[in-house]
Amino acid sequence: MLKTFSLGGIHPAENKLSASSAIQVLPIPETVSIPISQHIGAPATPIVKKNDEVKVGQLIAKSSGFVSANIHSSVSGTVFKVDEIMDASGFRRTSIIIKVNGDEWMETIDRSADLVKEISASKEEIVKKIAEAGIVGLGGATFPAHVKLSVPPGKTAEVLIINAVECEPYLTSDHRVMLEKGDEVLVGTQILMKALGVNKAIIGIENNKPDAIAHLTSLAANYQGVEICPLKTQYPQGGEKQLISATIKREIPSGTLPIEVGAVVQNVGTALAVYEAIQKNKPLFERVATITGKSLKNPSNWKFRIGTQAKDLIDAAGGLPEDTGKIVGGGPMMGKALTTVDIPLTKGSSGLLLLPREEAVRKESKPCIRCGKCISVCPMGLEPFLLMVLADKKEYDRLESDAVMDCIECGSCSFTCPANRPLLDYIRLGKGKVGQIMRSRK
Amino acid sequence: MSIIVITILALCAIGVTAAIILFFVAQKFKVYEDPRIDEVEEALPAANCGGCGYPGCRAFAEALVNADDISKMNCPVGGVSVMSQVGSILGHEIKAAEPTVAVVRCNGTCENRPKTNQYDGAASCTIAASLYSGETGCQYGCLGLGECVDACNFDAMYMDKETGLPVIIEDKCVSCGACVKACPNNIIELRKKGPKSRRIFVSCVNKDKGGVAKKACGVACIGCGKCVKECPFDAITLVNNLAYIDYNKCKLCRKCVIVCPTKAIHELNFPPRKEKPTDKPTAKTVKPVAAPKTEAKTEEAAKVEPTTNEETTENK
Repeated sequence: MLKTFSLGGIHPAENKLSASSAIQVLPIPETVSIPISQHIGAPATPIVKKNDEVKVGQLIAKSSGFVSANIHSSVSGTVFKVDEIMDASGFRRTSIIIKVNGDEWMETIDRSADLVKEISASKEEIVKKIAEAGIVGLGGATFPAHVKLSVPPGKTAEVLIINAVECEPYLTSDHRVMLEKGDEVLVGTQILMKALGVNKAIIGIENNKPDAIAHLTSLAANYQGVEICPLKTQYPQGGEKQLISATIKREIPSGTLPIEVGAVVQNVGTALAVYEAIQKNKPLFERVATITGKSLKNPSNWKFRIGTQAKDLIDAAGGLPEDTGKIVGGGPMMGKALTTVDIPLTKGSSGLLLLPREEAVRKESKPCIRCGKCISVCPMGLEPFLLMVLADKKEYDRLESDAVMDCIECGSCSFTCPANRPLLDYIRLGKGKVGQIMRSRK
Repeated sequence: MSIIVITILALCAIGVTAAIILFFVAQKFKVYEDPRIDEVEEALPAANCGGCGYPGCRAFAEALVNADDISKMNCPVGGVSVMSQVGSILGHEIKAAEPTVAVVRCNGTCENRPKTNQYDGAASCTIAASLYSGETGCQYGCLGLGECVDACNFDAMYMDKETGLPVIIEDKCVSCGACVKACPNNIIELRKKGPKSRRIFVSCVNKDKGGVAKKACGVACIGCGKCVKECPFDAITLVNNLAYIDYNKCKLCRKCVIVCPTKAIHELNFPPRKEKPTDKPTAKTVKPVAAPKTEAKTEEAAKVEPTTNEETTENK
């Protein structure tokens, strides 16, 4: 019996169309637009101006607080302008637009492919360097990685959990990273262990990726303290709290962080970025993303430079299919539909999903039939049908006491609802309002 | 027989004792309430809309009775007549407050502002606004899902199917502000109704630079500043590429309407201008359906002097 989390969960069709496609390198575009806010927290402050020459890996926007992240140039060339351009949700955000000229990297970056196993940096140096390299959680939430590694006083980390679950249907970028960069991921894991001062790490992988489990298990024998934990396929196992529940059977109290139970969770892509930052001195300016969809010619995985247009990735995979109804940034469960393909891909872009028209339509919402399915699938033990009504009626006090803030926005409730009610839409709205009220109280 | 007599006497005795106790208790715990509160409440329209800023007419009546100066307090539903009635009850003199009316500051009709994507989520403006910028290239404009219409308690609004924008029926609008609060993009504003309902306002809330705004919507304010220069009364300010007309300073001279290159400044309920109207068609503007007569007049007025100054879009 494989492990999984204790409460709720669903199992949508996996559709991992691109699982067998090796990671390809996307050609460098002619211009890149690098948004200054690609992470949770304060936007970075641009430190370059028009006509400045930049190299690959050069710092172009500086972190503007503890919860913020540095932004580096992903190409070499000239800064064309610093201007507002449209982001994935259609709002205009400040971005640095660079005209590409050649591909000249910073001299400090080690471009060789050799595996460097020995970790020479000290604990403090590692955290400092991770912050400098602008590494954020690459699972999609883009929380700055150094913040999680700075354990608050009074708390101790006992175990590092590497999130290699990739529970979102369709997405396969983490899967390919594990198969192709297994050693790098494991060294990255050991670097993170050293940074936290723990001697145990668990890599949680769902059993729909048996090749990745076998590959990493064979490699992990050479790495002390790293354990591979196969998990039953169940959405949303990639949620931090669900993964902790699945791997070490600990429940995080409401309103607290994983460090409360001695755990720190990092994504497998983050582990690779950490390896590259510490051993190769390479800041985060490229990542792997999946481009997929049932009618797409060539569902595949690509390593791209941050700031490349979504359009370029779609073209590389065979162009936009005729019957596309919706383009989703991220996976089908938690991803957001894009308003246009002329938007830059960022640190948080784990994939693009092209849904055919008939699959993209939202079914008509009908009255709640009180079947309670949403309650049984909620991984946080909430009552989504009730939260939706409370959010609609603006009952913010009750929303708060009914723990709306515990919602992880996984969308299991909306997925399972037989009446097609837009449960998560309303809950997310209520969560936003309650969050505002709670912050104003402080 | 005697049992009945004893029962009646005993019940009478209990009744009298209870009455005496209740009399003294009522004396002891008497709550004094100003009788004028009831009178004022009677005078208020009992719409309980909250437009005055108080939760319902009763609360407003209490506040009126307790206030020393009621000149700043106004019942938007009842207007001057109700407030002067209240004033006579409370012995205050009431100066006529300028009546206000809700104004939709967006003219992004389907024609003026083409759709770039399609929204099929929950039908609520607040939810749409929390997710993304909306179905068009303008991130500030009307989302068209009609949350303001749902909020209106006076049937004074409806969604125009053709334009996709809300329309305010100004005869019914009591300016309670419910729609203003409901709109997540702050498009609706309460503005002075003006003499004979004549008003001038910038029908746009787009803060983007000229080129970007114009690309998203043909009738957007591009922040060129022509109206600011033209205005003889300093009533127009330009902040973040967006002009705003201060209705307290505006003298309704309509000079700004003529110079606006994108027709973003609207005039309502004015008689037609004296100049010869040209044949050039103009974009359909949204107007409240007050009297059909004035509507026809404004239709004509809008046709006057269409300045075709497309080049100015890039001068920001």
